[in-house]
Amino acid sequence: MKRRLAEGERSERRLAWWLCAPAVLVMLLVTAWPILYSVLLSFQRYDLRFPDGREWIGLTNYGTVLTSGFWWSALWVTLLITVVSVLIELVLGMALATVMYRTLVGRGLVRTVVLIPYGIVTVAAAFGWKYAWTPGTGWLAGLLPPGQAPLTEHWPAIAIIILAEVWKTTPFMALLLMAGLALVPEDALKAASMDGASAWQRFTMITLPLMRPTILAALLFRTLDAFRIFDNVYVLTNGAQGTASVSITAYHNLIGGLNLGIGSTMSVLIFLVTAFVAFLFVKVLGTGTPGSGGRR
Amino acid sequence: MAVSTARRARWALVDLIVLLYALIPVLWLASLSVKTPAGVTDGAFVPREWTFQNYRGIFQNDDFLRGLVNSIGIGLISTLIAVVVGTMAAYAIARLRFPGRSAILGVSLLIAMFPQISLVTPLFQIERALGLFDTWPGLILPYITFALPLTIYTLANFFEEIPWELEKAAKMDGATPLQAFRLVIVPLAAPGVVTTAILAFIVCWNDFLFAISLTSSSAARTAPATISFFTGASQFEDPTGSIAAAAVVITIPIVVFVLFFQRRIVSGLTSGAVKG
Repeated sequence: MKRRLAEGERSERRLAWWLCAPAVLVMLLVTAWPILYSVLLSFQRYDLRFPDGREWIGLTNYGTVLTSGFWWSALWVTLLITVVSVLIELVLGMALATVMYRTLVGRGLVRTVVLIPYGIVTVAAAFGWKYAWTPGTGWLAGLLPPGQAPLTEHWPAIAIIILAEVWKTTPFMALLLMAGLALVPEDALKAASMDGASAWQRFTMITLPLMRPTILAALLFRTLDAFRIFDNVYVLTNGAQGTASVSITAYHNLIGGLNLGIGSTMSVLIFLVTAFVAFLFVKVLGTGTPGSGGRR
Repeated sequence: MAVSTARRARWALVDLIVLLYALIPVLWLASLSVKTPAGVTDGAFVPREWTFQNYRGIFQNDDFLRGLVNSIGIGLISTLIAVVVGTMAAYAIARLRFPGRSAILGVSLLIAMFPQISLVTPLFQIERALGLFDTWPGLILPYITFALPLTIYTLANFFEEIPWELEKAAKMDGATPLQAFRLVIVPLAAPGVVTTAILAFIVCWNDFLFAISLTSSSAARTAPATISFFTGASQFEDPTGSIAAAAVVITIPIVVFVLFFQRRIVSGLTSGAVKG
């Protein structure tokens, strides 16, 4: 009897592995292999314009990138855009989540409409923002004093990139947070209300602490997603005026420069930064990821 | 409980702000797309003169049509494969006990947050060597990869909610395993699978980075990438109107999905978050 149970267990395992194998294979084939390959490339001088000059050069590429002003500027711009947009998204997203969760009229309508920014192709929306701020063409540019071309100046361009990013991704943040709102028991809120807690007190002392895991998970997702920012920057400025993000810089280096060695070095560095941020979230802030720990 | 009119009015006002937030940028694109060449530079939110010339223009543009075909084809194939492969994995994760279950969830989570740009340089080189560069499979492979984590998570969550006892009950009532699967499990699982397919399609439809990096011609370039290369019919023609029209065209499928599947999309997107 015992033996047969073990047999059943083994066949269950086998079935599970067979079922998961294709998914795991595809995911590893398209991510692990290229990443390992780019580690190899990052130790080589390899420029497609001069393919004969290919050779192993150790850490030279890392030296080149890490002493380049372009790289550091791109890293700071990316971190700035990431931190500012994610913070704005958190506040706006919380407000939006509350509206979607609590509104007494047109709940379906509100929930439908916020999915449009979520679903719209980023490039399409980015062109909308670009033209809105183009002098002469745009309705928003028309509100500025004449002679202003915000996308041709550093800080205004950064602000518009952040605006485009925030507009597009706040609904996603709000949907994640709404799921967390649903976990806050109504009874607790009602009891606190009877005890004389104000709406703000109920929010900060009951809702927020209970939502902590959801908020951290949403922040983790959005931070790493914002760090890869590419589409909005590409359309709005293409990296001009010192607005290039790390993704834009690496892209230009590949397509414009065809320098695989340097490009791969940037790939590896971006990957390491991402891994480090994820590590901070998980280990320092104790962000739970879906699936980790027991299922509730 | 009666709700006072004042409270309803306040919520209606808040709703209105949300509607304006979500719709104004989209309406602006739509407005720009129906402006005449002279109207494009007037800076008005509402077009003074309407024309559908921009739409006629882009639908006569072979590159854009080709881009649409590529987007739809690549998007559908990637979605189909991701959903089939993801369903298998999600079933195993939701229903079977095996070591490595949390490792698979971990790997897919890592990939969901993976910086795509890190893959672009090596994939560019690998795909050129394998002859996949600038082909449909060259885009389908990364699209499947980045759609899979979402697919696995969403479906695993849906599958955990399914009352699997019904399958046993159906078999006890004399149904064959195939009947039990077809008549009981498929109808229960279908909504989750459809939702997941929509979310996966949106991921593929939205991609831009792979689409401009791993293609070099209209052979595989998808619509968003094609739009970014619009230059106008002649060098003296401004492409603003055409770009706006093309942007509206690629937004329409998303609006349709959202209108028809709002409830499902919301539940699909939120189901993973609650377990966090």
